[in-house]
Amino acid sequence: MSETKFTSDHEWVRLDGGVATIGITDHAQNALGDVVFVDLPAIGREVTAGEAIAVVESVKAASDVYAPIAGKVVAVNAALADTPGAINSAPTTDGWFFKIETSDPGALDGLMDETAYAAFVDTLA
Amino acid sequence: MADSTDAVLETPLAGLHRELGGRMVPFAGYAMPVQYPAGIMAEHLHCRAAASLFDVSHMGQAELVGEGAAAALERATPADVQVLKPGRQKYGLLTLDDGGILDDFMVANLGDRLFLVVNASRKHLDFPRIESLLPAGVTLKPLPDRALIALQGPGAVAAIATLAPGIAELAFMGVGHFTIAGVPALVSRSGYTGEDGVEVSVAAEDAEGFARALLALPGVLPAGLGARDSLRLEAGLCLYGNDIDETTSPVEAALTWTIGKRRRMAGDFPGAARVAQELADGTTRLRVGIRPEGRQPARGHTPVHAPGGAAIGEITSGGFGPSLNGPMAMGYVAREHAADGTALELMVRGKPLAARVAPMPFIPHRYAR
Repeated sequence: MSETKFTSDHEWVRLDGGVATIGITDHAQNALGDVVFVDLPAIGREVTAGEAIAVVESVKAASDVYAPIAGKVVAVNAALADTPGAINSAPTTDGWFFKIETSDPGALDGLMDETAYAAFVDTLA
Repeated sequence: MADSTDAVLETPLAGLHRELGGRMVPFAGYAMPVQYPAGIMAEHLHCRAAASLFDVSHMGQAELVGEGAAAALERATPADVQVLKPGRQKYGLLTLDDGGILDDFMVANLGDRLFLVVNASRKHLDFPRIESLLPAGVTLKPLPDRALIALQGPGAVAAIATLAPGIAELAFMGVGHFTIAGVPALVSRSGYTGEDGVEVSVAAEDAEGFARALLALPGVLPAGLGARDSLRLEAGLCLYGNDIDETTSPVEAALTWTIGKRRRMAGDFPGAARVAQELADGTTRLRVGIRPEGRQPARGHTPVHAPGGAAIGEITSGGFGPSLNGPMAMGYVAREHAADGTALELMVRGKPLAARVAPMPFIPHRYAR
């Protein structure tokens, strides 16, 4: 299992054998509140880093979810259609959003590690 | 509407909200709890199941005193205020000369005076407008030192009646003075959730003790602005600034029922010409309820199209109904698309979402009768 990295948009990213799994952080799900719907990207879509490719809707509001890295969407978490609450209850496991295939082994180099992300979240309080 | 650039005011319950873990956000110039740790979904469902306490002290309260106060207020509203008996309250609109809606409000007849509640975001406009229309001898007295606390839900009246049994005798939209947990209070059996319940005006200095006394009752939990919004939308109730504003008329807003028959016949209120014309000829647009298919919500300002066709309106409030367990919205559509069941397309982030015009309320009202 590789190290989990984080973006300033509150996504987490785990890279395993050229495929990155992406979801939103516990901080993000807590700020959003109860998730009721997710709009996920089409499988096969080529995305660029920073592109808004998914939407998460809570009771309160809609928020974009961004592709943290460039590549091709190779999987989405279809189970979220029936159980969007998994994003609240298990944001970093069952609540994953999508997987992006990348050919760049250094794709995550610019992202924060867990300590840096925790420090970043503290600056937002 | 929230305006975060203004200096942020606090209600008398601000300290209690923070103690309860409320997530404070700017709303209408006030720091208000959007939710507590339970979250909007749980707070909403608790209100429909038991009783929830809402701080609505940001709203504007005022008294209108003097001989002929009811007739004087009618200069600002098409509501029939003079018909209101002592101990009764009604909902109405403040209208502008061009027929737009300045605000919506509640007015109660307290016997020797009228008691008004207006929106927080509009009180700075409402009070000067009413004052400008008053004859000599009638005076508007804003009550900035009063707090307003709502207790809403099927268990609300039974809970508060353990402290003041007479409250259980109030009819829907009845008002009366009670002493509750030692606090003098003006109580009305009304609310903004579609549930039975009360709205209670108390002196600011009594507010925290009063709120703590209510929160100590079995089944009572605090709820924030987030649940208040999803509850009122399920109940089909308008939010000023979203669903009604200075550009919408009472007829377009499907609030013609707030216009007294005597007033309509007399045409003696601001905007009477537009109302008469719209009642005679029909409006070009109407406020309707909208149910999107599936689970995806459509928020305010989402364009509404005829299926595969042109834009015919806009969502004004939209979200997810926790009790409905599905998305819901209200908005304005062209009159020929306003019949219940009419197919619509909502353009959510550029993609059409199938929806239908639907009757409101989305969740049946359960007012005391």
